Amino acid sequence: MFKTPRRIFFFLLLLTVVLVAFDLPENYHLKTTVGPFSIDRIVNPLSIHIRVLNFDIRKDLKTRLGLDLSGGTHLVLDADMKDVATGDRIGALDSVAKVIERRVNLFGVSEPIVQTARTADSYRIIVELPGVTDVNAAVSLIGQTAKLEFREFKDYKDSTESAFIIPTLDSTIATGLTGKELKRAQVQFSTQTGEPEVSLEFSNDGATQFAQITRRLVGKPLAIFLDELPITWPRVNTEIADGRAVITGSFSQENAKTLALQLNAGALPVAVKVVEKRTVGATLGQESVRQSLQAGFIGLAIVAVFMIAKYGWLGCLAVSALFLYGLLNFALYRWIPVTLTLPGVAGFLLSIGMAVDSNILIFERFKEEKRLGKPWRVAMELGFGKAWDSIRDANFTTIITCLVLFNPGNWSVLPSSGLVRGFAITLFIGVVTSLFTGIIVTRTFIRVLYKEKEKK
Amino acid sequence: MIRFSKYLWLYAFISSFVLVPGMIALVFFGLRPSVDFTGGTLLELHYAQHTTVPVVGKLFEDQGITVSSIQSSSANDYIVRLKPESPEKLQLLESSLTATTSSDVTILRNETVGPTLGKELLNKTIAAALVAIIAILSYVAYAFKNIKYGISAIIALVHDLLVVFGVFALLGHFQAVEVDTLFVTAFLTTMSFSVHDTIVVFDRIREMVRRGEKMPFDALCDKALTQTIGRSLTNSMTIIFMLVALVLLGGSSVKWFAFALLIGTISGTYSSDFVATPILILWDRWEKRKKKSI
Repeated sequence: MFKTPRRIFFFLLLLTVVLVAFDLPENYHLKTTVGPFSIDRIVNPLSIHIRVLNFDIRKDLKTRLGLDLSGGTHLVLDADMKDVATGDRIGALDSVAKVIERRVNLFGVSEPIVQTARTADSYRIIVELPGVTDVNAAVSLIGQTAKLEFREFKDYKDSTESAFIIPTLDSTIATGLTGKELKRAQVQFSTQTGEPEVSLEFSNDGATQFAQITRRLVGKPLAIFLDELPITWPRVNTEIADGRAVITGSFSQENAKTLALQLNAGALPVAVKVVEKRTVGATLGQESVRQSLQAGFIGLAIVAVFMIAKYGWLGCLAVSALFLYGLLNFALYRWIPVTLTLPGVAGFLLSIGMAVDSNILIFERFKEEKRLGKPWRVAMELGFGKAWDSIRDANFTTIITCLVLFNPGNWSVLPSSGLVRGFAITLFIGVVTSLFTGIIVTRTFIRVLYKEKEKK
Repeated sequence: MIRFSKYLWLYAFISSFVLVPGMIALVFFGLRPSVDFTGGTLLELHYAQHTTVPVVGKLFEDQGITVSSIQSSSANDYIVRLKPESPEKLQLLESSLTATTSSDVTILRNETVGPTLGKELLNKTIAAALVAIIAILSYVAYAFKNIKYGISAIIALVHDLLVVFGVFALLGHFQAVEVDTLFVTAFLTTMSFSVHDTIVVFDRIREMVRRGEKMPFDALCDKALTQTIGRSLTNSMTIIFMLVALVLLGGSSVKWFAFALLIGTISGTYSSDFVATPILILWDRWEKRKKKSI
């Protein structure tokens, strides 16, 4: 397929069309009149939804902006684990994260991120809240220790309808049993049915209380509230005297896990403390987007003018390759997806400057070979061949540095800061794609579109 | 051919012109670490009306909060830095900032880093720098199996590193420019750039040595430099264009990051031609003199 430069050239044109479809702006309202046709539609980038056998491939190609560009709040919470047994710590961290995720969702934030980060002796939770800048309320809500409570219905009528009533704070009263008396909750599998279930283990005090409550509530539901909201209200089947209960039901494994995590949040109370808080106002974010776009376009324009002034038609071809390079990078950011941050944009712009480098190396070699009296066609092919070693060497150190900065293994000795990573990933993608555009694309363009008069 | 090797003293002078003040600043003032490393709070405030630094400062004093620095970042924007404070105090401050002066002040950016986290980040950043430096040095060792070339390249690398550090020590003292994680990222990127530029020049010198050109080493280096300097300058120019655009137009958040990259790129381009190669020449002269005297 790729035997002749002409075919590669058409393949590249096709690629350009695909990339443009990937890179279309989001929700852009296009409304123009061209001759007799009037266009009025909302343009969106291509979204892919393919079903291949049992694989469901779905890709929405949208640009993801980091908090420094979209505005929002980034929080790092440190969990204090000194009251939690060593073996329970990882579970406790997951519980806290689950609870925080729940609270954040209640807050109505779109696309929040809650993730845990554990290093040797620190247990952290990273929370990203796009669009939220007034965080004091959010922080105090998130920072609270989870409150788990066992409650019973005020007046419960035994009927099929009442099984569907969702308990609320008003319709229930406290039993006095709280998360403090719960030792731990765990997912286990029923020995009879093999289905997932959640086991509860109470402390000695708790076991006594639980025995009283269950005796009173046989046949009735016992509601469990987390942060004043019900999470589950299983029916009590028998009195449980030994403080070991099992909640069954048709749980999926995922549901059972979530429930256990939520229960544990009350059982393993972990105090969290905000150790890092970064808020960027939406105006500053938009301003940054505008400014870096402006800087990018102006920089790019100067580079283009410079290349064309210095190398003429060759420079022009290199600039068109650069155009394809920009499209390719942007499409990759959407595809992978890469969250674009301000340093990430800087990394991309820097990589544009570097991407031209391979062309310059080749063109300079080309000139040299021509000076030695070789015909231009031969000189050009030689230029590409000889420059390859230098291009490879030149980009090698940059790739290594990017890898160290990106820290793909998440090693705890190296930084994993979002800003540093944002820079490293775009520079890395930039350098790698520049090898493709600088060599294959430019070479094809030149083979197809460049001609020089043969000197006699 | 340009006789580069004739003006070795000039290159030493140019380098020391930048390096000496930088080193003095580095020794006496040191670098100014940002809240990333020390812990503390950074606030960027936007005022609807024109105001002055003392007025901004008074707002914080009234809350009993000591301000470590206030800078005007653009027309009516101010960057205020605070030492680590208790969360309660900060919360009080924020609500009073937005409430009392009503619509006059908006908080554009608000970053708080706990002191322990800052220290941890500092350690991690140093670790990353060391890993990257070791990786780059191993690559230099691999690329130039000859110790003469390797050490010259490393000296050029150290030169660039010191230039960037020195310039930021000066900027830190006179312009209150701070060094954060992005600065470290910038200088590591610079280092890799410096090495790759040097590799291009040295590759050419070695190619000529291997071809057995019959000319003194000085002249050979001159020829190699003459051949590669055009490419080296052109390449750096394109990078510099992008970075200058970023420094001037990219906004306050990336300005100094881009500036660190810019200084590093300029120094990296300069050092391969005018530090690494002269050292190679001097080394060669010294070797020949030693041979003669034996």
